Amino acid sequence: MTRILLVVFLRDLMLARRIGGGGVLGVVFFLSLVTVVPFAIGPDLHLLSRIGPAILWIAALLASLLGLDRLFQADHEDGSLDQMLLSPAPLELVVLVKCVAHWFVTGLPLVLLSPLFGLMLDLDGPALRAVAATLLVGTPAFTFLGAIGAALTVTLRRGGLLLSILVVPLAVPVLIFGVSAAQSGTVPFLTPFLVLCALGLASVVLAPIAASAALRGAGE
Amino acid sequence: MDITQRCHLLIEDLSVARGERVVFGGVSLRLGSGEIAEVTGPNGVGKSTLLRAIAGFLPLGSGRMSWVESEATDSAPLAERLHYVGHLDGLKSALTARENLEIGLGILGRGRLTPLEALDRMELVHVLDLPVGYLSAGQRRRIALARLLVADRPLWLLDEPLTALDRHARALLKAIVAHHLGSGGLMLAATHEPLGLPGTIQVRLGAR
Repeated sequence: MTRILLVVFLRDLMLARRIGGGGVLGVVFFLSLVTVVPFAIGPDLHLLSRIGPAILWIAALLASLLGLDRLFQADHEDGSLDQMLLSPAPLELVVLVKCVAHWFVTGLPLVLLSPLFGLMLDLDGPALRAVAATLLVGTPAFTFLGAIGAALTVTLRRGGLLLSILVVPLAVPVLIFGVSAAQSGTVPFLTPFLVLCALGLASVVLAPIAASAALRGAGE
Repeated sequence: MDITQRCHLLIEDLSVARGERVVFGGVSLRLGSGEIAEVTGPNGVGKSTLLRAIAGFLPLGSGRMSWVESEATDSAPLAERLHYVGHLDGLKSALTARENLEIGLGILGRGRLTPLEALDRMELVHVLDLPVGYLSAGQRRRIALARLLVADRPLWLLDEPLTALDRHARALLKAIVAHHLGSGGLMLAATHEPLGLPGTIQVRLGAR
């Protein structure tokens, strides 16, 4: 069982490396959003550093949504999904592993680069740490919630837009607690951060079940 | 090949509906070890749907389906005892033939032949380390069929297995099917062109 899941994990990483696109695309999108905002807001460093965490979070959410539509669609189109349904490993765990692999490729680079991009928004040391910590917990939640949308739209050729419409409302609680933890000031860091962790863990447990149900129904 | 135990696939009065529409109904079949059945019928009559329903990709409408292994060491569900090769070959274009087969083995479990040996049976060793995306439709088909040999499963469900295969590859396929049946395997194929193996059970859909 563990071996099967390891195979799926390595396969998705290998495919991401061979095909390229997904991870780099997200990072470039993230970078361009963060770069554009100061031009739109103007040279007010106080304002920038105040809304910086929120900008990084919104950018991370939008960048996470970018590659999600291909999460299951690529496997559905070439019949690989059928093979996974025949696997002794439960589909729920296969979906979970696919999400983790997807996060490694698309989410983790955003987390690692967020301190660098935070500098461009004039965030100081503690704020950079807070943003990176919250994104580390928050981006997996985006990926897992997004997997539900990806599974529901797996048969739609242009499902990306519908996916965003489905996923963004689900991601709002994560965004609220993520940003309030990252924006030190009014509330202490730990309270919203723990709620964020709870949301992340709940999505890791529940989203694979929902996504698998959607994938099983997709054949009909 | 270690399919020594006797297996039976029993289908009684099966019908499958997609949405409101009943695709087919009243299909009965009894398939035992070493037997092959061919599902025939005009386009759109539900041959692929029947195979996908047996594979468990589609919910059964009414009727019964059971899978019996007399000397079953573990009570694995039918989905873990069957191979399905459909219209889509389930191969990743960016990966090589060897990687595709290794992944197929990893996902399906219960190894039999190595990817190299399986490709050798399909006479495709020369493309072992080429990305599948570079290959022709017939070659991709042969790699998908090589997956049958890589993971050991008694029931083969093949949907139009002869599509895109040249005459030589058809002979290869016939040989591996005959070997599979000879060692106690079962096969159900949906096809317009009979494989021509002796003792084939005919299942005709849409004979109204």
